[in-house]
Amino acid sequence: MDQLPETNATTTLERLLPGQSPVLTPGHTLETVTDKIVSIVLRRPVTLGWVGGFVLFFGLMNLLLFAMSYLFYRGVGIWGINIPVGWGFAIVNFVWWIGIGHAGTLISAILLLLKQGWRNSINRFAEAMTLFAVACAGLFPVMHTGRPWLAYWLFPYPNTMGVWPQFRSPLLWDVFAVSTYATISALFWFVGLIPDLATFRDTAKDRVAKVIYGLLAMGWRGSARHWKRYESAYLLLAGLATPLVLSVHTVVSFDFAVSIVPGWHTTVFPPYFVAGAIYSGFAMVLVLAIPIRYFYGVQDMITMRHLDNAAKVMLGTGLIVAYGYIMDAFYAYYSGSFYEMFMFKNRMFGPMGWAYWCLILFNILIPQALWIRKVRMNPAMLFVTSLIVLLGMWLERFVIVVVSLHRDFLPSSWGSYVATRWDYAVFVGTLGLFFCAMFLFVRLMPMITIFEMRTLLPQAKLSEEVAAHD
Amino acid sequence: MTEQPLHGVIAEFTTPDGLVLACRKARAAGYRRMDAYSPFPLEAAADAIGFKKTRVPLLALMGGILGGLSGFLLQYWVHVWAYPLNIGGRPLNSWPSFVIITFEMTILFAGITAVVGMLVLNGLPQPYHPVFNHPRFTAASRDRFFLCIEAVDPKFNREETKRFLQATDAVDVAEVAD
Repeated sequence: MDQLPETNATTTLERLLPGQSPVLTPGHTLETVTDKIVSIVLRRPVTLGWVGGFVLFFGLMNLLLFAMSYLFYRGVGIWGINIPVGWGFAIVNFVWWIGIGHAGTLISAILLLLKQGWRNSINRFAEAMTLFAVACAGLFPVMHTGRPWLAYWLFPYPNTMGVWPQFRSPLLWDVFAVSTYATISALFWFVGLIPDLATFRDTAKDRVAKVIYGLLAMGWRGSARHWKRYESAYLLLAGLATPLVLSVHTVVSFDFAVSIVPGWHTTVFPPYFVAGAIYSGFAMVLVLAIPIRYFYGVQDMITMRHLDNAAKVMLGTGLIVAYGYIMDAFYAYYSGSFYEMFMFKNRMFGPMGWAYWCLILFNILIPQALWIRKVRMNPAMLFVTSLIVLLGMWLERFVIVVVSLHRDFLPSSWGSYVATRWDYAVFVGTLGLFFCAMFLFVRLMPMITIFEMRTLLPQAKLSEEVAAHD
Repeated sequence: MTEQPLHGVIAEFTTPDGLVLACRKARAAGYRRMDAYSPFPLEAAADAIGFKKTRVPLLALMGGILGGLSGFLLQYWVHVWAYPLNIGGRPLNSWPSFVIITFEMTILFAGITAVVGMLVLNGLPQPYHPVFNHPRFTAASRDRFFLCIEAVDPKFNREETKRFLQATDAVDVAEVAD
C-alpha cells in the first residue's frame, strides 16, 4: 500500500495562521495514531511516578471516606455550619465541582456542533473530568442533608407517608438538573468510547483484557450502517447536552437567586454562573492536559494549539465573570436597598473582605496575562494561571455563599463562620477521589478519542472526485 | 453441498476511496445484502450501500415528547391532585415553576432513547458475528476498510462475486465462514 507523502500531512486539512501550531502534528497515519493511543494503556509499563501519584490521591480518597463516616456518625455539627451560615463549605464545594464539570460538556458537545476539529484530542479526558467532577459534586448535597440515608426522599415516588416533593423549590430542580446531567454525561462518554473499546479488543494480546474490552465494546464492528446510526445518536446527544449544560448551572444559580438574601437575589446570576463554570472548567482542563501531554508524550496530539485555544476560552469567559462582578456591585448600588448596599460594603470591607479582594486578584487581574501570547505559549505559566483561577473560583463561591449569609438583615442575628478540620478533610478528600479516578482512567481507557483523531488525518478524507459523486 | 456454510465474500481496501468506489460498483451491479466496515465514520460508504436514512432522530423526538409530558404531568398531578399545598397563595398549577423539571425530563428521555435506540437498531450488544471469522478483520478497527457481500444476497455466486470484488481496488479478497 502506498501512503500519502509525509510532508504537509495535516496542513492540507487546515489553513494555519503564521505561528499557529497544527491540531495534529504532521506525519501521523491511521496506524500511528491508533498505536500511539493504544500503547499508552496496553503496552506502557506502570511507572513509579504513576504509582506515587495514585497512592497519594488514594490516600486522600480514604481521608474522604473517613471524614464522611465520622460525619454520618456524628452529624453535620462537626462542620463549621450554624445559623446564620447554614450553607458552608459543602455548598461552596458543590458549586465549584459542578462548575468544573461544565467545560467537559462544552468541549464535547458545543464544540462538536460548532465543528471545532481541535476538540477531538481533548474531549475524551474532558468528558471523564466532567463525570468525576459531577460525582464529587453530587456527594456534597447528600452529605449536607444531614441524614444521607434519607436522601432518596428527594425523588418523587409513591410512599406510605403520603407526601410528595415540593416541585416549586429550586433545590428540587437541582436534584433533577444534576441527576440528568450526570446521566447524560455518562451516556455521552460511554457512547464515545464504544468504537475505541473495539480497537482495544482487537489489539489487546492479554486474554483478560481482550474479554473485558470486548464485553464493553458490545460487538462493535465498524459497520457503515452502525456508524450512520452512531453518528446520528452522537450528534443528537451533543444537541441535547448543549442546552442541558447551560441549564445545569442556571439551576444551581437559582438556588441562590430565587431566595431573597441580599447578594443572591439578582437576575445576573444565571449567565454569570454559567460563564464562571466554564471558566473554572477550562482551568481544570489545562491543569490535567499539561501534565498528561508531558508525561505521556502526546504533545503531537494535544498541541500548543489546544492550550492556546483553551487559554483564549478562559480569557473570554473570565471577562464575562468580571462583568458579573461589576453588575453585582452596580445592582447593590442601583437597587437603593439599604440591605443590598450594606451587603456589598460588608463583602468588600467586612471581616471577610480579604476573600473578595483575593478573588478579584485571582479571577480578574492575574488572568489578564493571557492576553500575552508568550504566556499562552508557555505550558508552565498556563498551568500556574489555571491553578490560580481554580482557587479564585472557589473563593468566588465562598464569598457568595458564606459572606452573603453571615450578615443579612438583623444585626442581632449576625454571626460568623469558621471551617473546621472536617470541612477541609471532606474538600481535600474529594480532590483525592477526583484525581484518583483520573489516574485510573488514563491507564485503563483511551484518553484520546482514537476514531475521531483518525478523521483528522488526510488519509481519512475521500478524494474530491469520489466525494463529488451525487 | 459439502462445503461449510458461507457468510459471504469480503474484500479489503487500504483507502476510503477504494471502499466507497467498490460499494457503489457493487450496488450498481445489483448487490443489496452487503456491509461496509471502516475504522471511523464514513458517511459516503453508508450512502453507497444504499443506507440513507436512520430512524434514531425520530425515536429521540418521541422519547423527548414522552419525557416532557411525563415530567409536566407528574408535577401537575402531584401539586393539583395528590398533594395540594398552598405556597404563598400561588395557584396549584403554578406552571412556570414546573418548566425546569419538564425541560430536564425532556432531555433525559430524549438522550436515553437516542442511545438505546441506536444500540437496539444496530443489534448491539451482539456476542457473535460471522465477519469476525475473517482473520484480517481486526484491522477494521485500525487502518483497513472492508466490504462484505453476504451469501444471502439473491445475486450472490461464490465464484462470480469473488471475481467481481477482485476487479475492484481490493488488496485481498477472501471467503468468510458463517
